[in-house]
Amino acid sequence: MDTNQNKDTAKEKEKDKDQRKIKSAKKMREIMTTYYLEAMTARENNKKIAWITSGGPVEPLIAMDIIPIYPENHAAMIGASKMGEDLCVKAEEMGYSSDLCSYARSDISCAQVNGGPIGGLPRPDMLVCCNNICGTVLKWYEVQARYFNVPLFILDTPVCHNGYSPEIAAYVRRQIDEYIVFLETVTGEKLDHDKMTEVGHLALQGQKLWQKILKTTTHKPSPMSAFDAFFFLALIVTLRGTKIAVNFYEELAQEMEERVQKGISIIPHERYRLLWDNLPVWYQLKWLSQKFSDHNACLVADTYTSAWCSAIQYIDENKFLDSMAEAYTRIYLNIGVDEMADQVLDMIHLYDVDGFVMHSNRSCKPYSFGQLDIMEIVRKKTGIPVLMLEADMVDPRNFSLSQADTRIDAFMEIIKQKK
Amino acid sequence: MKEIDPFHIAIKDPAALAAGIREKSGKIIGYMCSYAPEELIHAAGFHPMRLFSSKSEISLAENHLQAYCCSLVRGVLEDSLAGRLDYLDGTVFPHTCDSIQRLSDIWRLNTNYGFFADVVMPAKLNTASARAYMTDVLKKFKTDLEKAIGHPITPADLEASICLFNRIRKNLTRIYELKSQSPGIIKGIDLFAIVKGAMIMDRKELAQRLETIVLLLEKKDPPPSSAKRIILSGSICDMVDIYSLIEVSGGTVVADDLCTGNRWFEGLIPVDIDPLEALTARYADRAICPAKHSGNTVRGEALLALAKTHRADGVIFALLKFCDPHAFDYPYMKEFLDKAAIKSLHLELDDQQQGQGQLSTRLETFMHMI
Repeated sequence: MDTNQNKDTAKEKEKDKDQRKIKSAKKMREIMTTYYLEAMTARENNKKIAWITSGGPVEPLIAMDIIPIYPENHAAMIGASKMGEDLCVKAEEMGYSSDLCSYARSDISCAQVNGGPIGGLPRPDMLVCCNNICGTVLKWYEVQARYFNVPLFILDTPVCHNGYSPEIAAYVRRQIDEYIVFLETVTGEKLDHDKMTEVGHLALQGQKLWQKILKTTTHKPSPMSAFDAFFFLALIVTLRGTKIAVNFYEELAQEMEERVQKGISIIPHERYRLLWDNLPVWYQLKWLSQKFSDHNACLVADTYTSAWCSAIQYIDENKFLDSMAEAYTRIYLNIGVDEMADQVLDMIHLYDVDGFVMHSNRSCKPYSFGQLDIMEIVRKKTGIPVLMLEADMVDPRNFSLSQADTRIDAFMEIIKQKK
Repeated sequence: MKEIDPFHIAIKDPAALAAGIREKSGKIIGYMCSYAPEELIHAAGFHPMRLFSSKSEISLAENHLQAYCCSLVRGVLEDSLAGRLDYLDGTVFPHTCDSIQRLSDIWRLNTNYGFFADVVMPAKLNTASARAYMTDVLKKFKTDLEKAIGHPITPADLEASICLFNRIRKNLTRIYELKSQSPGIIKGIDLFAIVKGAMIMDRKELAQRLETIVLLLEKKDPPPSSAKRIILSGSICDMVDIYSLIEVSGGTVVADDLCTGNRWFEGLIPVDIDPLEALTARYADRAICPAKHSGNTVRGEALLALAKTHRADGVIFALLKFCDPHAFDYPYMKEFLDKAAIKSLHLELDDQQQGQGQLSTRLETFMHMI
């Protein structure tokens, strides 16, 4: 090939890539920028800030005009901007073991040095911790409660190893009332129940739209991938219960519908469809996405982003506060390994995937322990190949690129032979 | 002291001990956490038996738990899968940390000892609703046990069990007091054997033996000790050598904040209120495990108070590698000690590998420092 031809191919590739780009991404970036700017200037506008865990009940905060800040979302940004190692090392210098969750480590040190891609998070007026995702957040929020010396509310959602018991239901429901009292005490204002109902409607609407978006990838070829879902997830986490999230997801859902109709796929030649398990490897998203795409494989779905619509069935929008207890307790990570495996099997069938990629994430024990059992169940019940990648969501020291490269190649080879 | 021999024998071979209990037609329920309501298990006629890792090489558990899971959780699963726990008639998992939470699922899916229960205790303990929930959980566990044995646990059964465990707690507390008053009264290795043995031996026999030991110790009058007074703080400390190594380096353990020590036995169960509420009161008020919440600084304050009460010269944090709740608490607890000018040493332990040479050097250096 001569240079001109080379140039032409490169140009075409660029053009093709451009056509496949999801247009809503730009708007999403703008919304997130506005959100963080508003949070940074909250004090000047007499608004209170609550730091809250990713699985925490944000709706009452929205209803009370408190700005929710998600250290986990921030930690993901730290990871994606490859600033995780430095902040993790700083936490280790503060005495935190390198075996601890890298979200927690990077957030704990970032709070003290105001590092990271946006120069740290605005100081909280209160902390809201829901342990439905792990016991780690409990310890992490205790650390921050001591550091910032602000009130901490813990929503304790006992693990449903074997379904939802009346004891758990009563306990969590009582805590929802305690949570409202906590917020009213910290802000000195009463919760407007009409506004709460409205926020509840919007939260459910947002989750339904998110679910709709994720399900567009059942279409072959898939209009988006899990890598896009990792990105678009930020709004359903941080702005759930707002009109902004609903409006945005309506647009995104429409864009996805259009892509499906026009047959625009996210990767050029989708031949293999894969399911992803666990959090993303934030600092290697681009590489992983390219790597799978080079194999004509698309990660069409994942167990992580779907967690923000996995409890829709338990929400009663007319009794939002009542049903919230169950919806927040029965999320993906707060159930037994067997129930998690059932959900994985459902996804394998729904998205018609050829393989399953599991991220064994050193930072997340409740997500990662039990994976080997789920792997066995999946192998037995579906026969699809399963790959387990050893990594960490934010700390790159626990990831070997060359090893991952070889293992993905070998895994894809098996999938190709089977298809 | 020959009275301590049965404890050494018990901890040396728990399987043989279990076989002896089964011969007397006893049924055994195992658990790994100090929040397991032993009183209810015992009242139902089961023998409550705390499980420790036999520290065998991990191979079968590799298929279920990654290498970044703590050696206790992996080790006990290995023992189970290798058939070393076949003496069990059941297991109970009180909710503790993320690792034990998942072990419970893996256990339920891969083992079959008959009785199985998740006793999902609250993670926070300092609210009325959490306490009410804990009582509900205990009630449900009692019902589960009753279903398993086919008859109700009578109030008299439960009261007797509570009294027995209070007797055990009282005597263990007394032994600790005596040790702190005059450290030369009992060797660390013997104290370790007594406490660990107390978690696995027949409880009635145990209560008797502990009383005997207390009487004997009270009569002893050892010469004053010049050893450095040390407090051990951490999760489980299943490393018998650490006590001797501390003594060889010139120290002696005068108190602990361990889940295989003071945290497990401190605090009596009130006997004048409803028994389930009494159990709640004790389990919610005892020195807490870091996987639980009862305020943001309670553990730091408690450790400081313990150090002052026992006139500690230093604190040794004996933390199990990959134990997240303890690792999160370590920096602030150390800071609490630093502010009070109490020196501390951080040891990361692992059931599988125990490099004693390095450990004794570190201990010696620490003893010289304090």
